[in-house]
Parts: sequence; structure tokens; C-alpha cells
Amino acid sequence: MTKRSSTLSRTVRALPTLLRVGVAETVAYRAEFIVWILTTTQPLIMMSLWTSVAHGGSFKGYDADAFIAYYLATLLVRQLTGNWVAWQMMEEIRMGTMAMRLLRPIHPFVTYMASHLAALPFRSIIAAPLVVILLITSASGGITHDAVQLSVLPLAIAMAWLITFAILFAIGALAFFLTQTTAISTLYFGLFSLFSGYLLPLDLLPAPIAKVAAVLPFRFTLAMPVELITHTLPHAQLAHLLAAQAAWTAGLVAFAVWIWNAGVRRFEAVGT
Amino acid sequence: MRKYLRLVAIQLRISVASAMAYRANFLIEGVMAAAWLGLTLLPLIVLYGARTEVNGWDLPSALVVMAYFTGLRAVLEGVISPSLVDLVERIRNGSFDYVLLKPVDAQAMVSASRYEPWKAFDLVGAIALLVYAFHRRGVAPSAAEIALGAGLFVVGALAMYALWIVCAAASFWVGRLDNLMYLLGAIFDTGRWPVMVLPGAWRFIFTFVIPIAVMTTFPAMALLGTLDGTAALATIAGTCALLVVSRWVWRAAIRNYTSASS
Repeated sequence: MTKRSSTLSRTVRALPTLLRVGVAETVAYRAEFIVWILTTTQPLIMMSLWTSVAHGGSFKGYDADAFIAYYLATLLVRQLTGNWVAWQMMEEIRMGTMAMRLLRPIHPFVTYMASHLAALPFRSIIAAPLVVILLITSASGGITHDAVQLSVLPLAIAMAWLITFAILFAIGALAFFLTQTTAISTLYFGLFSLFSGYLLPLDLLPAPIAKVAAVLPFRFTLAMPVELITHTLPHAQLAHLLAAQAAWTAGLVAFAVWIWNAGVRRFEAVGT
Repeated sequence: MRKYLRLVAIQLRISVASAMAYRANFLIEGVMAAAWLGLTLLPLIVLYGARTEVNGWDLPSALVVMAYFTGLRAVLEGVISPSLVDLVERIRNGSFDYVLLKPVDAQAMVSASRYEPWKAFDLVGAIALLVYAFHRRGVAPSAAEIALGAGLFVVGALAMYALWIVCAAASFWVGRLDNLMYLLGAIFDTGRWPVMVLPGAWRFIFTFVIPIAVMTTFPAMALLGTLDGTAALATIAGTCALLVVSRWVWRAAIRNYTSASS
């Protein structure tokens, strides 16, 4: 058996345990978890703001109902895809507890991923009422009824989750190089809220910014799954979007692991 | 009093020195102050690109609220947040005991223990925004309006400080609460909008329950000359009440404190 395949089988065998640990962690820190979830309620404010604006007549094609559907979908996708792995990693690198993690024979990308995946059932509990409200308020017109599109939605959300995780993991790994990366994670959040459609629907952005958003990965973390909920797209475009999202996912995961591997070598140099 | 001023000066010097140790962060923060201001302005630009006014607020007056928000955020991220994050850290690792042993008031000691000097850039941005807003408005504020507007900025900062102290005091019971700070920060973000633009329920919540309006909208209205006397007095009285409550909560928290080191 080659070295690579034994690493893989070891990782697969450890995965259920890692997930169980993750669930236990989430339950243990439930107060923190709930507070963290509440911080993602900005779309609610934006929703009420824009619906109050749209009451004076539709705004660039968006009426009040369209804004409600858009921001509820945003809240839903954000709830399912958000994580705080960068902050967790910075803390562990700064405090030195990262050394413990390095002793384990499994790549930290997997261990962190398992611990954040385990939070998903809890996030779904929060997300479920959102789905119900979305269905009640927008079922008549604000959301798509296309079966194919709805069936690929879980896939799109899963890839959005992985892209978000890979970017934040890469930012966390930057702490190996810079020791203080809070500024970078703030910068990330700024770019994210602008280019992902978190702040405003992308088609409301001024044209030059919308063009930049089209070539960046951020829209695949949020706007694209949201669009799959709120718009009915031609199937050719759907396939195109999914392919682009898959390409970004593969590229960014590889990039995150590469940054980590480069960083760990420096960490060893600092630690000894 | 002079003792406290000297204390603040010393702590400021230490913060500047330690900020200089992370020069890479320094440069990033400078660029970000400008980028961040642009980002905060964007929804306003989009909104007023297609509307001339929303619930009685036109672009220049909304920009004044935005300037107050930017200024307050500079105070929050430059002084209040770093100090309180520092406090939570000390409670967790037990070094808060040494603060309590010092012959000065612990709240004063804690409230100004760390600064982010680079946030001064945000203050400059806020002032530039104010100048631009009044240039577009075409009417300069009177001396009385400037005085009241500046005074209420300080009042707003104190109200914000009181809220954050209550939040920090909670960390005596819970152990670590940086997340609650994030939450408060996310809620504070609403302060960039004039509270009258939001629907009624939110307007009520952000005026009376979590008084974000007191921090940004009302001071901006004072500068614009649209705040009536009663509202100004209510803003000041409300802030005083908040300060008293926060002091009371802080004292209760200190009494309850049982050190992590023993």
C-alpha cells in the first residue's frame, strides 16, 4: 500500500469520530454558537430598509416582495455556509495550541472541516424556520418552481460552503506568516459583503463593481445559490454556473492546502 | 484626575509602540480605512442614485448620519473594543487580579487600556464626509448647531461606551464573551442609516431598546438643525441613565468576581 492511500483510509476512518467531537463541541459552546449565529442577521436590517424604500414604488425592478425573497434567501444560504474557522485558527496559532493539532496524523484541513461540518445540523435548526417563512411569503412568485434547479440547489450550497471554508482556512493559515491577521479577515468580510451579494443584490451594484464581482469567487459563496432560489434560469446557464462554481471550489481548496503547507514549515521554525 | 490623564497618556504611548511592531498590519489598515468608507457609502449611492429622498431624508442629510457613524466606529474600534477585548482576555487568564490591586479605579484602568492608533484615519474620513455633505447641501451649519452636534457626538460615544461596558461586565459571569462584542458590533452597524428610514418596529427598537439612534441619528439631526430641544435633552438624559446603569452593573460584576487564577 502506498503512503498516500494509507493516509486517505486513515482519514476516512477517523471522520465519524471527528464529526462526533465536533457535535459535542458545538453543544458545549452553545451560548457562543447562538450569539455567533445572531451576528449574521444583517440581511434582516437590509431587508426592512429596502422594503421600506420599495413601498414608494419598485426599485430598479425590485418590488418589496422581491427584496423580501432575496434577503430571506441570503439569510438562509449565509446561515448554512458561514463559519469562523479563520478566527479559530488565529487564536490557536497565537496561543500555541496549534502544536497539538499538528501532532495528529490527519491533515488539519480535514479536522477543522469536520468540526465545522458538525455544526451544520444546529445551523439547520435555525435555517428551518427561515425556509418556512420564505415559502409562506414568496411561494406565489418570489421563488423558483423549477424542479431541476431546486434539485441542484443542495449541491450549489455545498460547494458554496466549501469555497467559504477554503478561503477562511487560507486566511487563518496566513497567521503563520503574519501573527496578526485580524485586519485581513476584516478585509475579507468587506470584500465578501460587497462582491457576494450579501449587502445588495449584485444587479443593483454600479456597473463597474458588478463587472468585478462577476470574475471573483465571492458570488459563488452566496449570490449564486440565492439566485437559484429566487430566479428561474435557463438550464444551459445553470450548467455553466455550476461548472464555474466547481472550478472555483477545486482551485480554492488546493490553494488553501498549499498556503497551509507553506505556513506550517515556518511555524516549525518559530516553535523550535 | 491628573493621575488618570497621565495613566491614559502612558497607555496610549504603549499602544502606539506595540502597533509599530506590526507594520504589515499598519499599511493594510491605512488602505482599508479608505476602502471601508467607500464600502459603507455604496448602499447610499445605490439608493440615492434612483431616489431623491426616502422618508424625508435626502442624500446630504443621510451622509451626515453616515459621517457620525464613521466617527463613532473609529472611537469604537480605536478605543472601546480593543480595551474590552483586552479585559476579557485578562479575566480568562487571571491577570485581571493585578488590575484590581492597582490603586486606581478598575473601570477607568480597563476602559483605556489599549488603543488602535491607526483608527484616527477613520475620524479624518468622517470629517471629510461631513464637509462634503454640507457642501452638497449648500447651507453651512450655524455655530450653535456645530456646538450641539459636537456635544452630542461625545454623548453618543458615551452611550456606546456604556452599552459595551455592560457587555464586558457580563464576561465576568460567562468567562469569555468576545462573540457578544461581535454581536453588538453587528447591531451597531445599523447606525449608518437614519433611523427614520427603517420601518416602525425597528425604529422603536433602535431608539428605546438598543439606543443606536441616540448615537448617530440624533446627533446628526442636531448638526442639521432638525433636532428639537426635547429630543436633545432626552438624548442626554438617556445617556446619563445608561452610564449610571453600566456603572452599577460593573460594580455588581466586580463584587461577583472570583478570579480565574485561584
